[in-house]
Amino acid sequence: MTSTNALTATAARVKPARPRPHDHLTLEQIDEIGRRFDAIRQRVLDDLGEVDAGYIRGIVKVQRLLEVGGRGALFLGFLPPMWLAGVGALSLSKILDNMEIGHNVMHGQYDWMNDPSLHSSQFEWDTAAPSANWKHGHNFVHHTWTNVIGKDRDIGYGVLRMTDAQRWTPKDLGNPVYAFLLAAFFQWGVALHDLEVERLRSGQTEWEDVEDMARLIRHKAKQQALKDYVAFPLLALPIAPLVLAGNATANLVRNLWAFTIIFCGHFPDGTQLFTQEEIEGESRGSWYVRQMLGSANICGGKLLHILSGNLSHQIEHHLFPDLPARRYADIAPEVQAICDEFGLPYTTGSLGQQFGQVVRRICKLALPWTTDESRTPVPG
Amino acid sequence: MSTLLPTSVVRSILERLAGPHGLDRYLELVDPLLVRGEDRAVVTDVRRETADTTTLTLRPNRWAGHAAGQYVRVSVEIDGRRHARCYSVSSSQHRDDGRLTITVKADPQGLVSPYLARHARPGLVVGLSEADGDFVLPAVRPDRLLLISGGSGITPVGSILRTLADEDADTDVTLLHYAPTADDVAFRDELRELHTRRDNVRVVIVLTRDPAGSDLALTGHLTARHVDAVLDDPTDVPTYVCGPVGLVDGATRLWSDAGLADLLHIERFQPAAPAEVDGDATGTITLTASRRRVANDGRPLLAQIEAAGLSPQAGCRMGICHTCIKPKLVGRVRDVRDGRVSSCDPEDIQICINAPVGDVTLEI
Repeated sequence: MTSTNALTATAARVKPARPRPHDHLTLEQIDEIGRRFDAIRQRVLDDLGEVDAGYIRGIVKVQRLLEVGGRGALFLGFLPPMWLAGVGALSLSKILDNMEIGHNVMHGQYDWMNDPSLHSSQFEWDTAAPSANWKHGHNFVHHTWTNVIGKDRDIGYGVLRMTDAQRWTPKDLGNPVYAFLLAAFFQWGVALHDLEVERLRSGQTEWEDVEDMARLIRHKAKQQALKDYVAFPLLALPIAPLVLAGNATANLVRNLWAFTIIFCGHFPDGTQLFTQEEIEGESRGSWYVRQMLGSANICGGKLLHILSGNLSHQIEHHLFPDLPARRYADIAPEVQAICDEFGLPYTTGSLGQQFGQVVRRICKLALPWTTDESRTPVPG
Repeated sequence: MSTLLPTSVVRSILERLAGPHGLDRYLELVDPLLVRGEDRAVVTDVRRETADTTTLTLRPNRWAGHAAGQYVRVSVEIDGRRHARCYSVSSSQHRDDGRLTITVKADPQGLVSPYLARHARPGLVVGLSEADGDFVLPAVRPDRLLLISGGSGITPVGSILRTLADEDADTDVTLLHYAPTADDVAFRDELRELHTRRDNVRVVIVLTRDPAGSDLALTGHLTARHVDAVLDDPTDVPTYVCGPVGLVDGATRLWSDAGLADLLHIERFQPAAPAEVDGDATGTITLTASRRRVANDGRPLLAQIEAAGLSPQAGCRMGICHTCIKPKLVGRVRDVRDGRVSSCDPEDIQICINAPVGDVTLEI
């Protein structure tokens, strides 16, 4: 496991600085960028209404129908086409629930609707991670400290070596294997993420500090496991193993898809990492710039956008985490135009390209002698 | 299945299977009224009473009924947002067809009342609360009763009249109602009918903008002379007053001056108007969970927090539904309804009707 201590210590020892894509920006330009993005945000906020509400309700309806249909089909899972259809529908249901609905609702994107079933304070999602823990680790920690080495724990999830700023140890030879395991069991990785196991191991935190969180995780994980692996199979008693396998497969499909999309968000070529020193005294404008440079989009059609929870617009999401995600596609051209105007990169590519680069990075960083071209941070 | 297992066991199994969202989120795909965790109603009938007043007939999914004079909190989605307002139930408490009515007057400055009064159609689903309020008759009906209403204040009074009619009560009821013109009187025909058909019901309508059309040649707004004209002796007569602030304050003064304040029951109808900004407001609002600080401008906390870009849960915005309750950790707040200032102790407060007095820290 790569501890965050090693990350911070290493950051100071890295090779001499390479030019960063935002080095050329003046303070006035950074302020102007801040004003432009603030204006976009306000414009969207003022425009929220029936269409946005109708959209999320429509997605929720589709998700619930897929769930009921999928589980129903699995009860006829002794017929292979029904088993496949059931797994397909249930996988899509979990993907929609976790990403386009869950992730976005818990960001508060729909709090303005004043509907308790879509309010970030009440929503619970169909995965092992309790929403209360996740909201803290994601909305607060990840979005505040996006791509900051030593602070953003989504850099590798405390398991993977994702940058050469993390000092290589022989354990890292297994990077690709850990990545595959994390992907396959991603819902458990996310659930345990907030326990900060690497900090428990290194003694930075004590068990008492995380006891409450651990209790929440035990409770939620038990509910989910009982539902998917005990209750539904029992209901279909003659074919219980088929239902269990179907539910497990649906969870696996969701895990692999979510891992793929999430890792494409911050690790394709061109995305930047930052040191804590760099971001000291960060202005609103430079916060926007870091969010932009630390994120990458995936180009694709409407279906990709919906199935990825609009994390295909990771850049827009990091600029405006609490705007309803369906709005990201509309404002993306404007965001890209601002990047062009100020000479900043707008990292995007097809799903194959982006994930290919992520896989390549994971494999390269398993070995001690490679360097990651574009993301060596400025020494502190 | 319920012959093999008790319904409660079946329900809890279904809830577990429907986790983590809960069974309601699936039931409402079939019919919004099937939910158990939320009181809802569907509009079944819409009737224009006057140019700006509409009666909506509601069929609730489950509702415990009301005592005549009480109100319900109705929530409706307008342009994607849910808003809640309180409306008096206008139907009789003995209505037995599983329905109730509310009679909504469109406030030109309002948002929800114009929507309900002008755009509600049968099939609209609204949120509905249990009935609340103490503007109610005693269980043993009094021998004599005076009802004074103005404008939309006719709604709880209408419920009282209809209830007494259903009970065939012996109570001698006098209604003194104020409206600008005859066309502005909701339930006009029904009131006339009660006046004519029943010996013990007397309806006196004063038209403030059409003196020629007023009963008993009464003109203008409520005065002692009006009371004398309709009632020979108000002592021992329970009196219920409902309507605009001017009418209610006027009645309160008259009854206090006569030493009869104990007989008066009042219900104020005022629109959910935005509170004035307090010129002397000082201090800072600190929000611990959002890690934000907002300079206090004297308005209620909910308004200031929303102006800062946050969306805490809110409901009726007038201190009734308790949806907006949040922990106050440090500081004092002032209830904008009656001016009472709280203690400094940590406590849960309704942020919609409390404004900061100096520095305040909330867990939001």
